[in-house]
Formats: sequence, structure tokens, C-alpha cells
Amino acid sequence: MKKSVKKPVLAVGPFHPLQEEMEFFQLTVDGEIVTDIDVRISYNHRGIEKISESLQFDQVPFLVSRICGICSASHPLAYVNAVEEIAGVTPPDRALYVRVIINELERIHSHLLWVGLAGHFIGYDTVFMWAWKYREPVLDLLEEITGNRNNYGNVKVGGCREDIPNELKPKILKELDEIEKKTELLTKAVLDDPVLHARLKGVGILSKEAAVKYAVTGPTARGSGIAIDVRADDPYAAYDALDWNVISQPEGDVFAKAVVRLLETFESIKMVREALNKLPDGPITVEVKEIPPGEAVGHAEAPRGETFHYVRSDGGNRPVRHKVRAPSYVNVPSFKASCIGQHIADVTITLAAVDPCYSCTERLAVVDSRNNLVHDYNALLKLSRERTAQLRKELGVPKLKMEDLQIG
Amino acid sequence: MSWKIWALKKSPWVFHVNTGACNNCDIEIVNCLTPKFDIERFGMKLVGSPRHADALLVTGVVTRQAAPRLQEVYRQTAKPCVVFAIGACGCDKGIFTTGYHVVGPVDKIIREIDPNAIIAYVPGCPPKPEAIISGVVKALGVL
Amino acid sequence: MNQEELNNKIAQIKDRLIEIEQPFDNRIYLTCEAQNSYDVSKFLFEDIGCRFVIATGIDSDNCFEVLYHYSYDQTGCVVTIKAIIRDRENPAIESIAPFLPGAEWIEREIHDIFGIEFKNHPDMRRLILSDDWPEGVYPMRKDLS
Repeated sequence: MKKSVKKPVLAVGPFHPLQEEMEFFQLTVDGEIVTDIDVRISYNHRGIEKISESLQFDQVPFLVSRICGICSASHPLAYVNAVEEIAGVTPPDRALYVRVIINELERIHSHLLWVGLAGHFIGYDTVFMWAWKYREPVLDLLEEITGNRNNYGNVKVGGCREDIPNELKPKILKELDEIEKKTELLTKAVLDDPVLHARLKGVGILSKEAAVKYAVTGPTARGSGIAIDVRADDPYAAYDALDWNVISQPEGDVFAKAVVRLLETFESIKMVREALNKLPDGPITVEVKEIPPGEAVGHAEAPRGETFHYVRSDGGNRPVRHKVRAPSYVNVPSFKASCIGQHIADVTITLAAVDPCYSCTERLAVVDSRNNLVHDYNALLKLSRERTAQLRKELGVPKLKMEDLQIG
Repeated sequence: MSWKIWALKKSPWVFHVNTGACNNCDIEIVNCLTPKFDIERFGMKLVGSPRHADALLVTGVVTRQAAPRLQEVYRQTAKPCVVFAIGACGCDKGIFTTGYHVVGPVDKIIREIDPNAIIAYVPGCPPKPEAIISGVVKALGVL
Repeated sequence: MNQEELNNKIAQIKDRLIEIEQPFDNRIYLTCEAQNSYDVSKFLFEDIGCRFVIATGIDSDNCFEVLYHYSYDQTGCVVTIKAIIRDRENPAIESIAPFLPGAEWIEREIHDIFGIEFKNHPDMRRLILSDDWPEGVYPMRKDLS
């Protein structure tokens, strides 16, 4: 914690009140406006790249899917994309479609998770309960296909470990219809609500220029008008065979990022439907006997942005070097550009808008310290929710429309 | 002391601590709050401060940076309390056993400052919310 | 620009490079001495408009390498600069963070785990290793298994 300050410092950490992981943010404030921000990370560093060098190539996917729980399909996919490039191997078509289905199902439940958390942060617990309830069917589907709600373990060098049985298709399609209906309700509630407009529009703006300098990716970039998406720019799996759109918004604020995530969820639902209908017959894996010497990069579009893996082989059965870059590693530092000038009540939702996958990077925690006073978790959450309540009062809107609906 | 154990068993307030985890266990813990699992019907509640907690739900391998913070949280938690080591990482570092920055697991770090700490284990990667709830209820039943 | 135009543009800096490899249309590797990597990075980022992805440190027995990975999203081409640092006693390279804030963290990380110095880095503090991690111990070096 900074001691020699003329202006009070807001220390945020090490247990983020609104997120579950440990991080340590320091905010310098002038009154209630943030003038600078710094982060101490390290709490989540597990030394994964070194562990990778001690594992065999086909053991690494199990390690990297546990880098982060909700990018757990994207990391192994980026890794095998790299290794398959070194080995000169192309998985069978059916495997490429299965990879799309698993990854898009993950994107759906990840985006719904984010919407729920964002709702919670600003005081809409109905949104939180709603979003988290309706991501459950997606987790159940993933469990039925792969055996686990998270950490699917489905990707291997050369293809997939588990197939999607054709008998399961009608059930998945039926569940998707239901999820789509609920997501439509949620989206309408968010996009139409005047209080959410007032609370989130113009908040935490990341300009296009800053987005480029901080090299951000995913919805953080697409919410600032940079329409990049690995699935379209450097297609992998079966993405180039499907009909879908890259979603982007120009405003760069928290609202824009929320819109991008919500609309992307619909694109994902579309993609899963199309991939299921087009799922070709045939094997789901090719045998890969050895990995020759060489190097390659592999990337995949995780819910948070580009996961990027670099792999080097010397012809042995372990990677000589395996570099992992999670999307949050470049997205999180952009807080420097988007938080400065913000009111402290808006800092937490601005941080959350980047959807930091804490495990991917490290974690952030916020503890309010003003004039040497330490506010606890509840106080900072309260600040954010009070802001929302104040706006509701000013706009004369008693509650969110969906609060009338049963969660049941 | 025994009335506290009784109160704890009746409606445990839990504080969640992440010491270097992939987030899966943490999300499954928060899932316990949601309508499908709904721990609040057991009187179980996730609280925002260790001072209000009867039990700690600890996820993660305990990284070198997180270890002192975990011990500090344990000190701040009113006793008696139960420490739940959640997930393969919490129980025994999971797949990260050889990590150079990993000093855990959870029980080793807690016992450094309290050899008599009450520790319960909920394995899984991640354990499903049903497993977490069942583990917590079972452990409190044994007490 | 399309891929062919990109290839031609990159060839403009070949005097700074030891080698250009293009194993696939969309994968380019530019090997260079450490002292040239700053100019090559600036060229890719500012002149061509590539997006910075990340950097990879490598302990390669007789040298260190710092790989700077860039993406030219319009064609999906990943361009990697392989900067060779021959001095193993005092490995050092010019930081690109002054014009690319997105590289600040990764250069700090590589310094933590490999012990490579990044000259003129605006904020060279410990990033991912714990407060009590001993100085001079670089966990990703090969001699530390």
C-alpha cells in the first residue's frame, strides 16, 4: 500500500468483493475520481509453463484446461492447434465440428455467467439469479457429452476424445431453443432498461486508440469498435464452414461490452445448431505417433478473447517450451486507460466489464482505503448499488421489468 | 463452545477464499447460491468477511504469494471454524503439484499456524455443487 | 493489405533480419539479433498496423531468445520476431513498452522468470513471482529443474 501520498489511495485487494479471486489493485483518487491505478498480481501464479515441460504432449491438454475454468475448452484447443501444425496433422471433419460445438456451448454459459455477475455488481440480483439459472442447462448438456460440467477433457492432438452421439442431437437442439428464449428475455430486459442505460452507458470507456495500444482482444476489443475475432480472422476447427457474424459496437463503454456479449450468445446458439445439423459422419480422431522437431503458434477465440499458445518441440515427447497467453493478460492492464477519470462507484463494474478471467491472469481484489480508512467488501459493493438506486430514483423507475417475472 | 457448534450446524455462514485456483471450484461454490441448488434453504450463506464466518471454503493450490494471506484470513475467522479444502487443488494441489510457485496444499498452510485446525476435504475437479453442499452438511453433522 | 502485399512490406526491413521463414502463408518468423528487434517491432506495430499478441522468453542453451508475436488480423497472419540474445551472462534487450504499453506486463514477467533485462522499460517491477521470491533465481531457466 502506498504511504507517501498526498491524495488518498484506494487499495483494492486481496479478496475482490465482487469476484472470487485474489488480486491487489491500488487506486489513487482525488476526491471520488480515480487518477491512477496499479495492480499487484502473483496470487494465482502456479508456474504452468514449467509444469508443461515435464508433461508429455498428450497430457498437456489436461493441464491447460485447468488454467481457467471458463476458458477450459479454449486453452486446450489453442494448444492442439499449435501441436497439430508442428506435426502436420489435420483432424477428421467430424472432430472439427465437435470442437466448435463444445467451444460455443462454453461461450454461451460463460457470457451468461458474466451477465449475471455484472447484474450482481450493480444491484440487480434478479439478473444474477436468472442468468446463472439459465446457464445450468448448458452445463448439463456439456456434462452429458463430455462427462463434466467444466474441464471437458475433450480435445486431444489429432481430434477429440468423446463423440457427440447422434441420438443426443434432438435433445441439444431442444435445449438450445429454450436457452435462446430465455436469453432473448434477458437481452430485452437489459437493452430496454433506462436505469441500465444510465448506469452503464458512458462508463469505463476504452477508446479505440487505447484498445490498440494495450493490444486488447475479445469483447473488450469488439466493444471498442475493433472487429477482430480469431474464428473469422484465422479460422480453425469448422468455423469457416458456418454462417455467423462478428459482433462489435463502437462506443467502448460497459454497455457496449454487455451488448457484444449478449448478441454473441445468439450467434453461438446459431453456430451450435448449424454445426449439429451439418455434423459429418466418420471418425473423431487420427492417430498421431510422434511430434517432430519444430515450432508453431495456435490460437482460439475464448469467451474473453484470444487465447494464444506457442509450442516448440525438439522431436522428443515433451514440449521444450510452451508459452500460454490468456486473453485477460492483455485485457486487464487496459484498466489503466478505462478506469482513470472514473468515479469510484464505477470502478468495479469497469473492471468487471473486461470479464477478467482471474485464473488466466491473476486476480484483483478491492478494498477501499480513503484517508487511511479501510472499507470492507460490503462498503464497495454498496457504493456501486447505491449509484444504481440513485439513478432509479432520478428516472422514476421502480424496478427492472424482469423482476416481475418468476424465476421459478 | 458447544452452543457455537450447534449454531454453526444450524445455519453455517461461509466465507470463500481462493488461493490460486482455476475458477471452476469458485464458480461451483457461487452456483450453490443460485436457484437450482439454493444453499440458503439450509440457512447456509456466503458472507463478505471472514469475521462473520463459521466455515471457510478454500479453493486453490495455495501459491507462495497467497499463503500468508490465507493464514491471515484464518486468524481473522472466529473460532471454532471449519476449513473446507475444496477440489483436487485444495485437497492436494491437483495437477499443479510440481509448480515452483505452489506451497500448499491448504491443510499444510493452515496447520502451520494451527495444528488443531478442523479441516474437511471435498474432492473433485471441480466438485459439483451437490458435492460441495453434501460435503459441508456431512462434515458439520460429524461435528 | 492482402497477404502478398504484407509479405512484400515485411521484405522492406530484411536488412535488419538474419532470416525470414514462412512455413505457411499465415505464419511468418523473422529472426534477428537482439539489437535490431526494437526497430522491427516498431515497423510491424506502427508501419504495418499489426496487433501485439504476447512475447515468449526461451532459454536455448547457447543463447536466450525473446519471441515477439504479432497478428495481422486482416489476413490472419501471425508474424513472430525471434530476437537472439547471445550474451548469456548479462542478457538484455531494448524494451518496446515505451511505444507499446500492451507489452509492459510480459516484459516484466520475462524478467522475473528468465532474468533478461529490458532496457528503458518504464516500470520494471516484479510482476508474477511472490514478494518473498529470492532475487537472482529465475525459475524458467533450464538449469533450474
